[in-house]
Amino acid sequence: MSAIPIRLYPEQPKQVYLYASCLVDMFDPNAGIAALQILEAQGIEVLWLEQQSCCGQPAYTSGYTDSAMKVAKQQFELFDTDIPVVVLSGSCAGMLRKHYPSLLEKECDSDALAKFSNQVFEWGEFLLNICQIKLLDKGETTKAVVHNSCSARREMGIAETTMRLLKQMDKVELVEPKYASECCGFGGSFAKRHQDISLAMVADKAKHLLETQASFLLSADWGCLLNINSYLEQQQSGMRGQHIATFIWQRCYGGEL
Amino acid sequence: MSQHIHPQHFKQQSKVALADPQLRSSFRNAMDYLQDKRAQSFSEPGSFEQLQLRGEAIRKRCLNQLPELLEQLESSCTNNGIVVHWAEDAQQAREIVSGILAEENAKTVVKGKSMLSEEIALNEHLAALNIECLESDMGEYIVQLANEAPSHIIMPAIHKRKQEVAELFAKHIDGFEYTEDVDSLIKAAREVLRYKFEHADAGITGVNFAVAQTGTLCLVENEGNGRMTSTVPKVHIALMGIEKVVESLNDIPPLLSLLTRSATGQAITTYFNMISSPRQSEDNDGPNAVHLVLVDNGRSQAYSDERYRASLQCIRCGACMNHCPVYARVGGHSYASVYPGPIGKIISPHLLGLEATGDLVTASSLCGACESVCPVNIPIPALLRELRSDAKLPSASEQALKGQASHRSWLEESVWVIFRIIMTKPVLYRGLSFFVVRFSFLMPRLPAIWGPQRSNPKPSTKTLHQLMRERKKNS
Ligand code: SF4
Repeated sequence: MSAIPIRLYPEQPKQVYLYASCLVDMFDPNAGIAALQILEAQGIEVLWLEQQSCCGQPAYTSGYTDSAMKVAKQQFELFDTDIPVVVLSGSCAGMLRKHYPSLLEKECDSDALAKFSNQVFEWGEFLLNICQIKLLDKGETTKAVVHNSCSARREMGIAETTMRLLKQMDKVELVEPKYASECCGFGGSFAKRHQDISLAMVADKAKHLLETQASFLLSADWGCLLNINSYLEQQQSGMRGQHIATFIWQRCYGGEL
Repeated sequence: MSQHIHPQHFKQQSKVALADPQLRSSFRNAMDYLQDKRAQSFSEPGSFEQLQLRGEAIRKRCLNQLPELLEQLESSCTNNGIVVHWAEDAQQAREIVSGILAEENAKTVVKGKSMLSEEIALNEHLAALNIECLESDMGEYIVQLANEAPSHIIMPAIHKRKQEVAELFAKHIDGFEYTEDVDSLIKAAREVLRYKFEHADAGITGVNFAVAQTGTLCLVENEGNGRMTSTVPKVHIALMGIEKVVESLNDIPPLLSLLTRSATGQAITTYFNMISSPRQSEDNDGPNAVHLVLVDNGRSQAYSDERYRASLQCIRCGACMNHCPVYARVGGHSYASVYPGPIGKIISPHLLGLEATGDLVTASSLCGACESVCPVNIPIPALLRELRSDAKLPSASEQALKGQASHRSWLEESVWVIFRIIMTKPVLYRGLSFFVVRFSFLMPRLPAIWGPQRSNPKPSTKTLHQLMRERKKNS
C-alpha cells in the first residue's frame, strides 16, 4: 500500500454521480449542496441517486463483513458504471474504490466491479485532476489549517491533491500543523469502543491544530470532522472544522449557504 | 513475562498508561526520534519503496516454500554440525532448552536478545529449575532487573528513564555508586556482563534470519553481546521461529538493510553475526556445540490460512509500533502480549487465540501508518479487519483460529443487522435520517457516545436528501 500506483485521469465527463456519504447527508447537507453547485459550475450534470445511503464502511471495519457486503451490493447496483462517481469523502471513496471489488467479489461481476472502481473519485481529486479547476479566491486574506483523513492520505493517496486544490486560493495561507499525518482518533467504532485512546488522540490533534492559530479548519472528510468538532465543542474552543466544499463555495463562488 | 497482566485487560491497562503523563511523553519522544532516524535513512525518494518491493518479494517467495526450506535448513545445519530440534509449542521449546542445559550440566546461562524466548517464557522456566539466566542485551538486562517485560521489540527498556535505571543499578549491582551519567551506567552494566560471559555455562540467542542453502544463522545486534553470547560459553542455543528461514545468502543483504534502517535508521548495525557451525579444530574460539531450536507455536496456523500468511513476512523491525498512534500513547506494556503494537495485534491471535486478544484487534483506527512503513509490506489494517470478522464468525475449519466467534455479542450483532436493513432500504434510510435531523436537538441530551470530553455530534436540521428534493421541486 505504501506505493500507491499513479492514477491516470480521463477527460472531463458530461455527467457524474454525486455520492455524498451518510455523514454529509445528516450532519452537513450544505457541504453537499456546495459540492454539487461547484461541479455544476464546471458544466457538469450532477446525478443524484435517491437510493444512496451509506457505503457500508462502518460495518466493514467493525468486522461485520456480511452486513457490509449486503449494503455494498445494494449501493453498487445503483450505479451505471459508465458514469463517474464523485465522492464527498476520502474515506468512503476508498471504500468504494479499494474495497468493493474484493468485498463483492462473489456477489457481482468482476469486470463491472473493476470498471466501477476506476470510476470512483474523491470530490477534490475530481475537480483538480479531471476538471482542471482554477479557483478564483474572492475572500479576505486568512489562514487555514487542513486535516487530511488517513484514508485520503494512505488509501486514496490524495492528501497532496487536496492541498494543491486549496493552494489555488491565493488569499488563504495554509499552515501545517505538527504531526499533520497522524490519525485524529476517529476510526468509526474505534472511537466508541476504545474511547480513552481515541480521546487521547483527538486531544493531541486538536492541540496541534489550535497551535497553528489558523482561522479555519478544513477537511474533506466528515468522519474526522465529526470527531474533532465534537472535541473542540466540548472544550469550548472557537475553532470548528468545515468541509472544503463549503469553504471553496463561499470564497470562490461568493455563495451563501 | 510473569508481569504481563493479560491482553484481555488491555482496556484497563491502557487507561492506566494514558493517565501517566511521564510515560506518554517518554514514548512520544522516543517514537519521534525513531521515526526521524528511519525517515533520514530512507531520505532518497523512492529508496524505501524499491527496497520494500524486494523485501516483500523475498519474504513471500521464502514463505511459499516454507516446508521445503525448513527441511533444507535442517539438513544444511546438520551437515555443518549444528544440532536441530523442533518444537511444536512453547512447552516443548522450553523442555528442549532445559533438556540441552541438563545434558551439559549447565547452571548459568547468558542470553542475547530474543523475543521468541519471551514468547515461550523461557526465563521463568529456567528460574524454576534453578538455572541462573542473565540477559546480556542492555535493554533486556534493565527490564530483567526491574522484573518487567520488554515494552518494545527492539528497545525493550524504552519506557525507562535514566533515573529509574540508575536506581535499579544501585539496588542490584554491588559497588555501583549512584550516577545518572549514561556512559557510567553502561560501563557498570558491561562489567557485570563481562564477568558473566566468561563464567556462563551456556549462551542462548535468537536468530534474525537463517539461510536454508548454507545452514547459516544470522544475528543482528549493536552491543556485541550477541557475539559474546554465541561464542564464549561452550554451548550455544539459538531459538528461532520457523518463519525466519530464507533461501539463499543473496536474500540477506536487502532484508538486513530493510531491518536496520526501519528499526533504528542505521545503514548497518555494529555487529552482524553469521553462525555456521560449532568451533572447528582450527578455530581459536567458539562453542563446542551449537543447537538450533525451531519453534512453531501457532505459526503453522497462521500459515495454513492464506489470508493470514502475510503476517509471517514480519522481520521484527518494530517500525510499525514506532509509527503507531495507539502504541505511542498506551506504551508497550498495556498490550500485555509479548509482541506489542500493530504487529502484536496481528500475530498474538495466532499465539494466544482470539478470545484473549479480541480487544487488541479492535484497538486500532485502521489509520494505516503501520502498513505504510512496514519494510515487507504487510497489510496490517486488512489483517485486523479479517481478524475482527473472524472474532465474530463460528469456526468453519479445523485450522481455524482459536477463539473464533468468541467476540460475538447478540446485541452488537443486532445493531449491525439493523444497520444493514436500514442502509439497504432507501425508504427506511431516508426515514431514519429524517428522524435523526428532526430530533437533532435531543442529541446533546442523549448519553455521551464518546465519553464526557466530547459532545455528541449534532445533526443538521435537514438532510441532504431533503434539500435535494426541495431543489428538484423548485427547479
Ligand atoms: S510488521 Fe512490518 S513494520 Fe512491524 S515489525 Fe514486522 S516487519 Fe516491522
